[in-house]
Order: sequence, then structure tokens, then C-alpha cells
Amino acid sequence: MSESKGHVIINTAECKGCQLCIEACPIHVITLSNALNHMGYKPAMYIGERCTGCGICFYTCPEPGAITVFKGWDTWEEKAMCPTCKKETKVYHPKKRSDVILCTQCLNPIP
Amino acid sequence: MTRQHNILQKPSTFFDIFERKGVSEVKSTHYCPGCGHGILHKLIAEAIEDFGIQDKTVLISPVGCSVFAYYYFDTGNIQSAHGRAPAVGTGYKRANPHSIVISYQGDGDLAAIGANEIIQAANRGEAITVFFVNNAIYGMTGGQMAPTTLLNQTTTTTPYGRNKFHEGYPLRMSEIIATLEAPVYVERCMLTDAKNIAKTRNAVRKAIKAQMDQKGFSFVEVLSGCPTGWKMTPQEAKTWITTDLSTYFVPGVYKDDLETREPHEVKQENPPPEDYYHLLNINQTLKEEYVFPHVLKEPFLEEIKIAGFGGQGLLSLGYVIAALAMGHAYEVSWLPSYGPEMRGGTANCSVKISNSRIGSPLVTNPSTLIVMNKPSMKKFENAVINGGIIIYDSGLIDTPPSRQDVTAIGVPATEIADTLGNTKAANILLLGVYARLKKQFLDEQYIQTALPAILESKALRDVNIKAFNYGFTYSENMK
Repeated sequence: MSESKGHVIINTAECKGCQLCIEACPIHVITLSNALNHMGYKPAMYIGERCTGCGICFYTCPEPGAITVFKGWDTWEEKAMCPTCKKETKVYHPKKRSDVILCTQCLNPIP
Repeated sequence: MTRQHNILQKPSTFFDIFERKGVSEVKSTHYCPGCGHGILHKLIAEAIEDFGIQDKTVLISPVGCSVFAYYYFDTGNIQSAHGRAPAVGTGYKRANPHSIVISYQGDGDLAAIGANEIIQAANRGEAITVFFVNNAIYGMTGGQMAPTTLLNQTTTTTPYGRNKFHEGYPLRMSEIIATLEAPVYVERCMLTDAKNIAKTRNAVRKAIKAQMDQKGFSFVEVLSGCPTGWKMTPQEAKTWITTDLSTYFVPGVYKDDLETREPHEVKQENPPPEDYYHLLNINQTLKEEYVFPHVLKEPFLEEIKIAGFGGQGLLSLGYVIAALAMGHAYEVSWLPSYGPEMRGGTANCSVKISNSRIGSPLVTNPSTLIVMNKPSMKKFENAVINGGIIIYDSGLIDTPPSRQDVTAIGVPATEIADTLGNTKAANILLLGVYARLKKQFLDEQYIQTALPAILESKALRDVNIKAFNYGFTYSENMK
């Protein structure tokens, strides 16, 4: 886990399973899920490690909000109470702006 | 939420939820899996967000799959008629010079039905940005041949492949646009691998920046996959763009004058108000001599039908009556009847005057009928209301109206006008007759002042005024 420089979140509900991101990913850390989503597509999923945060999958994906990429992903094991999700979630410190902490679930800042 | 530079996420230019009918997923687009539109949408949305121009951007969506771009972009949106996005963009940009106008068009839209619009807009150098999505096919309607379809490419309308002897050659729009003088930036790129998508991203930003810097017309053609229309998987489509489409439509920068071109500010170009009098040929002294007319206060509705041969000046007569009444601050309507009879045949127009609002400009039963030929007299005589007035040219109509319940006034207007100097003044002579009869709501002093300004022909002004005065006194003598 500590090897990951980035992290990718794929919204399975919005994914249409076109597999462009799977083909585009230079280090092959995205794969196709076996489960169908509610639209009947097999969505893409992140295997969970080694993402470099290059963002190629984000720009290849034709859906506006299906893929979110975090760059500089090194403090994700930290947890905090997110007021939007109303539960304890993993948080993200962007490297260059240490004053900001984001909830990895809803992407809103945590005060 | 403000954009974090090390998080790549849905740009805020998109709506959070895409509200539209009949779909289960409100966060995804209506495009097929692997469609290039979504990628280009994302690149444009990201650029708009990064430049901070969301509030002044107007996106013009075409006819085609991307017709629903207004469901996705939280900017100003116009959906234009097929191929007319550059024309609509021209109007919008000229009326709102500080806006950023983005025209988003497909190849069936831009290269076929809208080919003239785009070439004219580019040639005028309109300060708009055009994104041209080229997928070599009519995608939305089921994969028919487009002007950009490759030779030998099979589509639903070219089942044996595009034949150059039948359908001609694919149109290279970027090359055509780049030959014009006015465009400042023309590039073709493609949505395939990461490298080319990055190039497209750059081109999108450059093209929008060109408009922000007031450099002029920018055009980006994007080779984009249509897996459904091409009957391929998204991966095969990507390969086909690289191996086939991009060998005919070669990607590259075709024109880039961004460095050398001087910025030119788009301005609303209206003439200064002081020029209006001169441009509209209005007598400026009228303003000083203005006479406030005597106005009838009791409610009334005057319905006039004016009929005769085309060329007798009947439509003008109706217009002058309406204009004079409007000068009294009455409500008026003027409805000319244009038809095949206009040239030499019978022509007519309807005028309504009232001091309350007019519902319909149609006159079926006139209270006043002014006729200048026999067929019109025959046609409209019986429609006149009981107690109405018929004014007719007795020189041209030898049989007076047979009705007894109306006031019939025959004036040999054309003959008298001829002796006054010009037969064309006959209509204004009848106006004099009419004005005298309708003294209760038309003010004589006002008409005398306003008439010279309302009459369009300068050459006939003097004889027209003579004719008006003759008509005015003529009926006075008769009464």
C-alpha cells in the first residue's frame, strides 16, 4: 500500500464499461469488475495499489464524473469524521497544500 | 467546491446531476460507451473551469448526438437549428462582446448542412471558438454517410462503400478553413491514446484562450470514435482512428497566427443616436415644430379597408393613415395583403385605429372602404358595415355603389391628381378626403405638420401636399 503514489476512485454507477481506461492505464492497475452495475454494464475497478496518479484514465474516460484521481497519495490511512458523510472516513492530504484535508468518499473538505 | 490541482475530478462546469427524462442514472451522459463526445466535453469543461469563464460562456449545441450538451454544461446554452451554430454564435457574440461563445458541432452538422455557415463565419473572422467533432458518420440517426465518410467506408447508406464517382471525396474541413485569411488558429487532433488526448487538451485550451485574448476565429477539429455507428468495440474504434481515419484526415496545426495577430475588440456597432434622423430620412425640424394633436377620448374603433390595383399606392395610403394615427398616440395596426395579385392585379390592406388595444389586425367588415378599381368595389362593397363610408375614385369606377345605407363619396382622384402634376398623388388626395370626414379623431393641424415627414418620396412631396389639401377642401365643398 505504501508504494502507491496516487489513488483512483471509480464510480461504478456511472461507468459504462467501455474499457478505455483499462487499455490506457500504463501500469495496468485498472481491471473489469465481474459484477454488473444497475445499467447492466460491467464497470471498471481499481485493483487497489500501485497507482501513480498520472491521470491518463481520467482524461480517457468519456464520463464526466466516473473517475477521480488523487495525486500524491501518501497519507490516506488517516481517518477523520466527515460532516457530509456523517461517518468516519479515510482522508486525503494533498501534498502541496497541507492545510486542506479531503474526505475520500464525498471529496468535500473536512474542517 | 474549488478545484484542487492534485485531484482530477469532474469539472465544476458540469451540472452535478444531469436532470433529464427517462433515464435511471442521473450522473452519467446519454452517450454510448466509448463515445468521444464525453472526452471532449470533459476537456472543454475543464478548460472553462480553469480559465474561470463559466459565468460568461455560452455553449451552442448542434443537431446530432451532442444536441443534449445543455443537459451537462452549467453555462449559458443555445440549441441552434441544424448547421446554424456559427450564425447564431455570430449574433450572440456581436450583441454580447464580452461573452465567450463556443460552438460545438458534429460533421453532419458542420460539414454538410452547415458548410456555408462555418465558411462564412470563419471568413468574417467572428471571434468565436468552434469545436468540430469528426467521426466520419451521422451517428445519431443510425450511421448514414456524412461528407467526411472515408472512401470505401461502409455505412447504412453506402452498403458497398463510399464510391468517389457517386459520393465524391471526404471533405477536409480544417484544410478548407485554414486557407481563409481571417481564422487565427486551426488544428486537427484525435481522441485516441494518452498522448493525443493531451494534444487535444492543449488545442482546446489554446482555442478558447484565443477568444479570451480577442484574437479572432479559432477552429479545432477532433477525430472522435463512434463505436456504435462503426459497429466496433471502443478499442477497435480507437485503432481505426489511428490506422484509417487519421491517414486521410492528418492531425496537425494548420494555422497558428496567435503570436502575430493583434487583438481586436468586438464592439456593438450601432450608429450614434444623432445619426438616426439622417439615416432614417426624418425631417429633423419636425421635433421643434411638434404640434400635440387633439385626441378623441371616447372609445372608438375605426376599421379601414383600402383596395385597388397594385401600383396605385394603396398600401402606402394605409401606412400613412396608420402612421398619422400613431402620431395621435392611438393604437393602430396595418396589415398589407401580399399575394400573386400584387403586380398589376388587385391589392388591399387593412388598417385599424382605436384608443384601446387592438386584438387582431384583420378587417372583415370595414367601417370605411377606400377603393380605386371596379373589381375591388365589387368584392368589398357588401362587407361594409351599416352606416359606413365608401370613398371611391369616380373617374375609374363608373358605377356608384348600389347600397343606400352607406355614405358613398365619389372623387375623380386620379384625374385631379393628373392636373395637379402627378397621377401618383391620387392616394394622398383620397387621404385628404378621408381626413376631412374623420375630423373627430384626426387633428388637421397635426396632419399638416406631420405629413411632410411621413411621406417617403421627396420628389413627390410638394404635389402630394397639394393633393392632400385639394382632397381636404374637396369634401368640404361637397358637404
